[in-house]
Amino acid sequence: MIISKQKPLSEILSALEGSARVFLIGCAKCATVCKAGGEEEIWQMQEALTAAGKEITGSIVIDEACHMLRSGRDLRSKKEMVEEADALLVLACGAGVQSVSSGTPKKTVAGLDTLFLGNIRRFGQFEQKCSLCGECILTETGGICPVTVCPKGLLNGPCGGMDNGHCETDPEAECVWYQIHERLQSRGAVEKLRRTVPPKDFSRMLKPGKLKIEK
Amino acid sequence: MLQQKLDSGGFAITAEVCPPKGSDCGEFLEKSRALQGCVDAINVTDNQGANMRISPLAAASLLTREGIEPIFQITCRDRNRLALQSDLLGAAALGIRNILALTGDHISFGDHQNAKPVFDLDSVQLLQTIAALSEGKDLSGNALQGKPSFYAGAAAAPEAEPFPLTLYKLEKKAAAGARFFQTQAVFDPEKLRFFSETVRPFNVKIIAGIFLLKSAGMARYVNRHIPGLKVPSPLIEELEGAADQLAKGTEIAGRLAAQARLHCDGVHIMAMGREDLIPEILKAVKREL
Ligand code: SF4
Ligand code: SF4
Repeated sequence: MIISKQKPLSEILSALEGSARVFLIGCAKCATVCKAGGEEEIWQMQEALTAAGKEITGSIVIDEACHMLRSGRDLRSKKEMVEEADALLVLACGAGVQSVSSGTPKKTVAGLDTLFLGNIRRFGQFEQKCSLCGECILTETGGICPVTVCPKGLLNGPCGGMDNGHCETDPEAECVWYQIHERLQSRGAVEKLRRTVPPKDFSRMLKPGKLKIEK
Repeated sequence: MLQQKLDSGGFAITAEVCPPKGSDCGEFLEKSRALQGCVDAINVTDNQGANMRISPLAAASLLTREGIEPIFQITCRDRNRLALQSDLLGAAALGIRNILALTGDHISFGDHQNAKPVFDLDSVQLLQTIAALSEGKDLSGNALQGKPSFYAGAAAAPEAEPFPLTLYKLEKKAAAGARFFQTQAVFDPEKLRFFSETVRPFNVKIIAGIFLLKSAGMARYVNRHIPGLKVPSPLIEELEGAADQLAKGTEIAGRLAAQARLHCDGVHIMAMGREDLIPEILKAVKREL
């Protein structure tokens, strides 16, 4: 799931300066779960913007704003309200915002900051466990990702800052290499730690990513 | 030279001098010159603690010009593999041979917290890179003009827990070409002895890190804020009880250095700005020699 959070209202208002009429767009998938751009947040945003003197021409929560065709189709169903607006405020991840902006020349305001690909620990608590490196090494590392969970992405073991199994950047967090070691030990597979891992192939994560499934 | 000293079984003495924040290297050179007579080489730190300073390559080169042997610390934090290799080749061309290959402290410790952390390679891979360059090849396998000659070392944390976990990495560092380990500051000679015995089979020289504790307050600060450093309470009490804490700290550093002499191949003194006290610290070691 893509984790996002709403920008402060003051920032949204300053981005909407000069745009009196606003159409609101949310997303029924990730942004809803993150409580950043679902029905409820769209409603609250409508209240807040109205209180700030804006006119809301309408709103829609797209079922998967990142789906470009669906997003285009949904917006066409609200054509008049969209046409009437001076700006579209999108409460969806950066991908969702661009589905919208690619289909209209209108001013598009991104209302969320898109943070990471996250796991849901429990309601309202998200953690990044994968950073989409393009070449998954989890099989070698006990199913725990050092590329992501180590703030330095170290592939050959802990840095000198590991302190009692904790990370130098966050004394509350365990060093990922401590976790991997524990896991491999319990599996009788610590031998894996002896292998020197070669430099990572970062060409696998060059931007912009593209994939076309061959039939 | 550092390598000759260590290879011939001598006891090497190095010190750390932090390059300036700015382009005026006057004080840096003055401090370094003052140490010239009593150390084998001077460690030039690389944006230590992720605080931006003058390039360690430039600072090391200035030392070479003065006839002072530098150890060029190079971290993976701020350079991708192109920049690392290019700086290493530059070092070789400028007559800098000693390299301390480090991962680098995280950006979040320093004075440019909004910077992008690089970490394209890690310290083991950096050592492999140094080995490749020494063979006349770059990381992509292209031939180089000339074969640079390096004496590469790596960092080690004898007090890190769990130790077995760090040991895997140390073994990889040795296999990747580290010829010496420069340890983090160690305050417990027993830990140093254990460390030295454990890594002996790797056939790597050990230079023990000695840290000048300038006061009991500083010792407590170190315990709280510097990951991996542990000043035992008896040492803090010893400092606390002294009329002149700085003099006591100097004495303790000398004592630790002399004890390190029993288990290691050298000491590396970190005087944290009081490099003028290094000759005093070393008196204790020299007495033992
Ligand atoms: S190695 Fe880590 S970052 Fe790469 S794909 Fe696997 S989980 Fe994701
Ligand atoms: S302590 Fe462990 S997780 Fe934290 S930066 Fe160092 S190696 Fe990575």
